[in-house]
Amino acid sequence: MQQFTVFMDIESSRSYIDELYSSDAVKVMEALVTLKNSVIGSNRQKSSVISQGVVPRLLQLMSEESLDPNIRLEATITIGSLAKGTPENIESLIEKGTATALVEMLKTVPLGSKLAEAALCALRSIFSHKPAPVDALPADMRLLTRLTQIAREDSQEARTSVIRVLAVWCSGTVEQEALTCAGACSAAAAMLVVPPRSVPSPSRLVPALELLAAMCFKNPNVAQVALNTRHGDKSIPELLMCLVSRDKPLVVALKAAKCLTFLQRAGALPADDSRIVFGALPCLARLCTKENTEDIRASAAEVLAYLTEVDTSLQRLAAISNHLMSSLADIVNCQSAAAKQGAFKCFASLGANDEDIRKMIIETHGLMVHVVNGLNNPDPCVSLAAVRCLHSLSRSVQQLRTTFQDHAVWKPLMQLLNDSPGPELLNVGSSTLCNLLLEFSPAKEPMLDQGAVEMLCNLTKMSDPALRLNGIWALMNMAFQAEQKVKQRILCCLGTEQMFRLLGDSDTRVIMKMLGLLRNLLSTRQHIDAIMSEYSSQVMQAVIVVLEGSYPAEVKEQALCILGNIGDGEKSKDLIMANEDVLRKLVDYLAHPESKLQEAALFVAGNLVWRGEAGAAARQQRLADLGVLRALKLLRASHHAAHLHDKVKTALAQFNEFT
Amino acid sequence: MKLRKSEMAAIGSGRGTMDSQNQVQSDTVDRLKLLYPNVNEEETPLPRAWSTKDKFSYIGLSQNNLRVHYKGGTQGPGRRPHLPYLHLRLWMYRHGKTHRDAASVRATHPIPAACGLYYFEVRIVSKGRDGYMGIGLSAHGVNMNRLPGVGRFPPGWDKHSYGYHGDDGHSFCSSGTGQPYGPTFTTGDVIGCGVNLVDNTCFYTKNGHHLGIAFRGLPPNLYPTVGLQTPGEVVDTNFGQQPFVFDIEDMLKELRARTRVAIDEFPLPDEQGQWQQVLHRMVSTYLVHHGYCSTAQAFSRATGQPIDEDIASIKNRQRVSKLVLAGRVGEAVETTRRLWPGLLERDPDLLFLLKCRQFVEMVNGTDCEASEDGANGVATSVISHTGRPHKRSNGVAADAAEEGGGRDVDMAPAANGDHEEADASSQRASVERMLAFGRELYAMSQKLSQDLYHKSMLEDAFSLLAYSNPWDSPVGWQLEPVRREAVCDALNSAILESQGMQWSSPVEACVSHARSLLRRMSRAALGACAFADLSALLAR
Repeated sequence: MQQFTVFMDIESSRSYIDELYSSDAVKVMEALVTLKNSVIGSNRQKSSVISQGVVPRLLQLMSEESLDPNIRLEATITIGSLAKGTPENIESLIEKGTATALVEMLKTVPLGSKLAEAALCALRSIFSHKPAPVDALPADMRLLTRLTQIAREDSQEARTSVIRVLAVWCSGTVEQEALTCAGACSAAAAMLVVPPRSVPSPSRLVPALELLAAMCFKNPNVAQVALNTRHGDKSIPELLMCLVSRDKPLVVALKAAKCLTFLQRAGALPADDSRIVFGALPCLARLCTKENTEDIRASAAEVLAYLTEVDTSLQRLAAISNHLMSSLADIVNCQSAAAKQGAFKCFASLGANDEDIRKMIIETHGLMVHVVNGLNNPDPCVSLAAVRCLHSLSRSVQQLRTTFQDHAVWKPLMQLLNDSPGPELLNVGSSTLCNLLLEFSPAKEPMLDQGAVEMLCNLTKMSDPALRLNGIWALMNMAFQAEQKVKQRILCCLGTEQMFRLLGDSDTRVIMKMLGLLRNLLSTRQHIDAIMSEYSSQVMQAVIVVLEGSYPAEVKEQALCILGNIGDGEKSKDLIMANEDVLRKLVDYLAHPESKLQEAALFVAGNLVWRGEAGAAARQQRLADLGVLRALKLLRASHHAAHLHDKVKTALAQFNEFT
Repeated sequence: MKLRKSEMAAIGSGRGTMDSQNQVQSDTVDRLKLLYPNVNEEETPLPRAWSTKDKFSYIGLSQNNLRVHYKGGTQGPGRRPHLPYLHLRLWMYRHGKTHRDAASVRATHPIPAACGLYYFEVRIVSKGRDGYMGIGLSAHGVNMNRLPGVGRFPPGWDKHSYGYHGDDGHSFCSSGTGQPYGPTFTTGDVIGCGVNLVDNTCFYTKNGHHLGIAFRGLPPNLYPTVGLQTPGEVVDTNFGQQPFVFDIEDMLKELRARTRVAIDEFPLPDEQGQWQQVLHRMVSTYLVHHGYCSTAQAFSRATGQPIDEDIASIKNRQRVSKLVLAGRVGEAVETTRRLWPGLLERDPDLLFLLKCRQFVEMVNGTDCEASEDGANGVATSVISHTGRPHKRSNGVAADAAEEGGGRDVDMAPAANGDHEEADASSQRASVERMLAFGRELYAMSQKLSQDLYHKSMLEDAFSLLAYSNPWDSPVGWQLEPVRREAVCDALNSAILESQGMQWSSPVEACVSHARSLLRRMSRAALGACAFADLSALLAR
């Protein structure tokens, strides 16, 4: 039976499909109408017709300007109908150049015609497929102006279609700027007006809001234009303010709040603007509550995360708005990855700056368990968002000592970082690791056992400077007041070669942290001697490299501090004393115009001349010969170094035989 | 602030200018009436101030009973209890340091359910010594001046008592331990408390920001309440007389939209499901009822609705109605007597109503005593005798214009007749006829049951004669053409009833039924009645 019907379809379709190619316009018209009627509402028929290779002929009939307009219209409607089929159908349509043909057609068809409307409708269907054939629509000003003109003046159907197409198409700065020049802002504004006493229609408003959001996203110029675009007596932000109110459909309110958020983040609205504080923010907090559907809540949390990402006052406001914390904690429990991701991101934003908010987040019932589970989530988006959340929370000293330890958050985190993570995850994850490795963090020990040192050393070899920074920063934190074996392990694992590479890094912050690591390694006396006995030449060379190189003052200061630390070692002192080059530099730095370098040099000198240690007299003699004593006396006389006078006096007091 | 402006505009546009006309003091708008339009304040007054009686003695009130301050028990030696020295020291030590010092005040009235969404705001003028302040709701009957420790705590510490406390930001629901709820609040903050009488929930706001729902399952008839506990605490209250910091209009809009959707989507039983039919029937009967004859015929042709009444009968009613609406009441009475003999004789109240109106129309100059003078069609007024002949014709002209604009399309403005100046003798004669008519009317009233309604109607009508320019007088409202409609309806209903038909049309019966259901809902504490906007639903 089944076979019979298929046979019938093909048999019956063949005759009129043949007539499509006829030269008789009447026959073509009849065939088109039959074809159109057969494909409407039937995906099977659509696939069958496409596989029979009719599309090129349809495109030809559609585009041929010499043909009867009715034939062109029917052909376009048929194409539009095919474009409502399965994703495979749309793909094959795109392959055959349908999108380009439609765009070409739009350049010439008269505005306001049925043909234009049908073409736009077909193009909208094709553009709703992912990935959309955005290349088919060039950023050509004449074309875009024409399209925005349609969006302003044409029939409701055509306007909605063209705006939807443009919203999909607008994906980068070039498109944003081009659309703005073509006047798309005012076209979108015109669509945002809800006449009084009428029920707002999401099908009309949502495409316009999406277009506006796509245009303003991270683009200050466009956002500024949107801010000043008016329709009637209202500017775009005012129109949006009307749409975020409680009596509007949720999806409309969500998209309007998103537009306001993008305007704010692109710098068009200040964070304390009433339309943000009393419009977008409360609307988003309301959409996060339990009463709403999961996808609305997920999107609202995501937008709210973006809105509150940087501004502390907005974070504080969101934290008390409409029980947001418990709403978010509930969203984390939702099944979908999008919901979990949105909620974690939002927690991350809220806890970014304020310690009290972090405390509120942690105290939200059962949240830490969810974060740990989130880290283990197979969806990379969720685990990334969970790491972001963790990173935010790890800025709190109190959390590092208590909650994080209770939940052993470092375990899944280390696992994530060892498991070939993506660049973004690696970045946030290693930043979190940095915080976890702070000296007072109890997670430090177990993390070492998990191979943290090796992983961090590998990070310092990455091409991304942010990752190198995180790696060396984490190592520095780890080395702070660490046991000697840990220090040895770091030195051994990092290797002197890598050390010098990092000292020559293009990023000053990396150099600073590298020197910081050296300082931390060379702390307490025993450690200094032990390490110097093994790495003296490399360390001294590193210091000289920095002191001689053209580095900024704060880098050189770090190098001098290392020297000072070495000077604190019992045997290591001799290493400096033996190096006349270094000693001469010391004299120079004591007279350096930069006061922090003077201070650092003073610290070195002070350590070297300290009385009561073996060989102090000899060192004092040598330093006096080299002019250190004179430099110190000059320093004492200097008015500019008044704040150093106490330290200078202490150092000079050590030299009492010479003064 | 932007929000406030839009709120004002929304309220202002929602209620027409008719309201402010009817109001005696039109310059001071009662914002509370605009916020809660469905509340009948004669039945359920709105809270407008704190109660001077329903409070504990430590509470002081000022500024029209809108400012609350803590005065404690140390306001003078007389207030101190007579206790032995040591006990007194203990008393003083405790005073202002324990919960026993807490004192609350309730508003003058409970929140009417017909508010739908009730809201008030409290501004913390000073947090005083410790800022132990509670804002919320409580039920009637808790004696606020009881023994310490039981009944005089801030809201949230007693049965049916709900509060949000400033010192810790916790919410208290009839218990001694609070739940973490929101931020703390202190001097300068504005705390709002909202009650959703549809869902029976309560929420708070801080400086215009919604903090989320604090309590669910609230009982009805709660009073706005504040409680203070330490010296120096002062709060100001806005029960709605001033614009709120929070955008309450936004929530009102949401609830209205929700109620509307609930009404629209209400499932209908199948046996009553033939809506098209029912609606056509309602429209048809309405048109017939009011005598829109040709419209009714056209509608019946288009929808196939039968008309139960004879067309000639409808046309007769239409004729009489037109006469009344044109102010030619005398003619209307005559026509009625001719077409429906015995009707007016059986209903003296109706006849009195018609005659009263006829008298008013005589003053107006639109009616003359129909029996004698109707034929020559000269309109007469007393005004021409009181020395202001032009005023009369002006008045009539204005009436004609109003009639043209205000009447239904089917009722073409009746011709007012030619108002050429009648000669003086004819005028004098007509005035005498009017006075005679008045005497007749008075005699008629004596025969009727002497109730207040008839009496005041007659008094009002006669009062018109006391003014040189009755149109501009305090009783001038009687002369407005719109006043004819009630008379017309009464006559029309009586005719229909005498013919054995319903005295009111199904549409109107349906509307008044719905209206009384809303009143019942309000009495039954169902807050949704606030958002069922009957006139908006009908206007659709």
